Amino acid sequence: MIRFLQSGDTSLVIEFSTEMDRKIARQVLELFRRVERAGIAGIVETVPTFRSLMVHYDPTKATRRSLVPQLEALLEGLEVAEGSGRVWHLPACYEGELAPDLDDVAQRTSLTPDEVVAQHSAETYLVYMVGFLPGFPYMGDLPQHLQLPRREEPRLRVPMGSVAIATAMTGVYTFESPGGWHLIGRTPVRIFDLRRQPAALFEPGDEVCFVPISRAEFDAQERAAAAGTLTLRPLEAAP
Amino acid sequence: MTPGLRVISPGMQTTIQDLGRIGYQRFGVPVSGALDTVALRAANALAGNSSDAAALEALYQGPVLEVLAESIRVAVVGIGAGLEIAGEPARRVPALRSVRLERGARVRVLVGSGALGAVLAVEGGIAIEPVLGSRATYVRAAIGGLDGRPLAAGDTLSVRQERAGDTADIMLATLDLPVAREVRVVLGPQDDYFTPEAIADFLGTTWRVSAQADRMGLRLEGPRLAHAKGYNIVSDGIAPGAIQVPGNGQPIVLLADRQTSGGYPKIATVASADLPALGRVLPGAEISFRAIDVETAEAARCALESELAALPSACIPVGAEIRPPDTARLLESNLVSGVVDAAADDW
Repeated sequence: MIRFLQSGDTSLVIEFSTEMDRKIARQVLELFRRVERAGIAGIVETVPTFRSLMVHYDPTKATRRSLVPQLEALLEGLEVAEGSGRVWHLPACYEGELAPDLDDVAQRTSLTPDEVVAQHSAETYLVYMVGFLPGFPYMGDLPQHLQLPRREEPRLRVPMGSVAIATAMTGVYTFESPGGWHLIGRTPVRIFDLRRQPAALFEPGDEVCFVPISRAEFDAQERAAAAGTLTLRPLEAAP
Repeated sequence: MTPGLRVISPGMQTTIQDLGRIGYQRFGVPVSGALDTVALRAANALAGNSSDAAALEALYQGPVLEVLAESIRVAVVGIGAGLEIAGEPARRVPALRSVRLERGARVRVLVGSGALGAVLAVEGGIAIEPVLGSRATYVRAAIGGLDGRPLAAGDTLSVRQERAGDTADIMLATLDLPVAREVRVVLGPQDDYFTPEAIADFLGTTWRVSAQADRMGLRLEGPRLAHAKGYNIVSDGIAPGAIQVPGNGQPIVLLADRQTSGGYPKIATVASADLPALGRVLPGAEISFRAIDVETAEAARCALESELAALPSACIPVGAEIRPPDTARLLESNLVSGVVDAAADDW
């Protein structure tokens, strides 16, 4: 059941579910697109998440009372959105110091490190939402066998580019930051780069699969990325 | 040479801020912007700027700046704030008025004792390129402002004009800058994740602001609030002023640099009209919460906005108030000794 929750006098939340699943995420995305197209006066910006759409509004231009019926109308006949149609092949090195938790993850999942890498890079992930850090993509669903709770002791400094897993999600740390996910690799690609337009590489509805690269390839691509000359382009999704 | 202000000493945490970065939260980019938007808008009105011009937000201790232009007009706003212009004797200019500074002048931005910060606006605004539509600084991801970081000694802040405009200096006779004590909130969006006792405790407690307070949020200390359904939710969006309660049961009020989404239940959200006052709170302060409905909160914000919209027209020429100029200067000089701090040796 869809609920309208209130968060103060500048935001309301259209909650589709308290759980996470692909169908719900695609409904949220469809509503997000409809609200963007509708151009409702007083709406400042909208933020799609796993299971809800947050609508930020200006209370001097619109009120909860005026917005709710307009948003309800947009929920009529809401379908499950198609994806963005973009598929990304994201290079990642799963070796040595770039993968500090790989052995631990292998042990906990009763797999070999190579099997963890094979399973992680075999899947095509949906970008559910972007948050936590600028450009950080929450992607899923991780193969059941790789699903682990977050680390008990979060790290104070996770390096930029770290490819990480926790629960049913995989993600990429777009900046050095504290973090509690398991680090199984690193990508040289700058997922958020202000030198690029748009700065955030991925948006909700994109699909991503990881492509294992060697340490030597990583080092070469890392140098190019630092210089701003590493460009990643999406493939078109199969029809 | 481009006209500007050279940073002699940067103060404790001085950043370039405006009204925030709108439209990029879906990419995970926080809004940022001034903690005290009332002070920002008043300072911009006094400097003759539009309300969203970029200004300096100085927290705890203000910077010392040197004028690298024929003249520059500035204005400071904050509780007990002011400007101290170096010289023999040093001259103090109180908050809430614009002042024209000549080339080579050295000024210290004074943050009032017992105040969190002050805002310094420059006529024409600080001339940096916007990043993602805003000049606000977000330090954690190095976005906006001066290379995404606080000011450092030796920086130069470019300004748009080689000389101050020919208009007279102006002042605001008064400006209400209360420090939050009783904060109005709208319960939710996840108040159903808490027991009725926890809601009662939340509203009935006088909370202490912990030392871990920053532009991202205020951590509060008090009784442990009990979650009814666990403390992990599937992440959803975060509104300005959202009050999240992690597993330790101690609330965190999320402010300008808040993350765009999060996975802790949010018991309540601060009425937006009360956010500027929360942006003036120092660690160790005590605050409490009072629940109001959303219509009341929306009306409070509209009332605040109409007061703020009237700020430019409330500015009057300096000297128009009934006070002989000589007495005024004497009063200003006498105030100097009381506010100069121990860092005065970096003149």
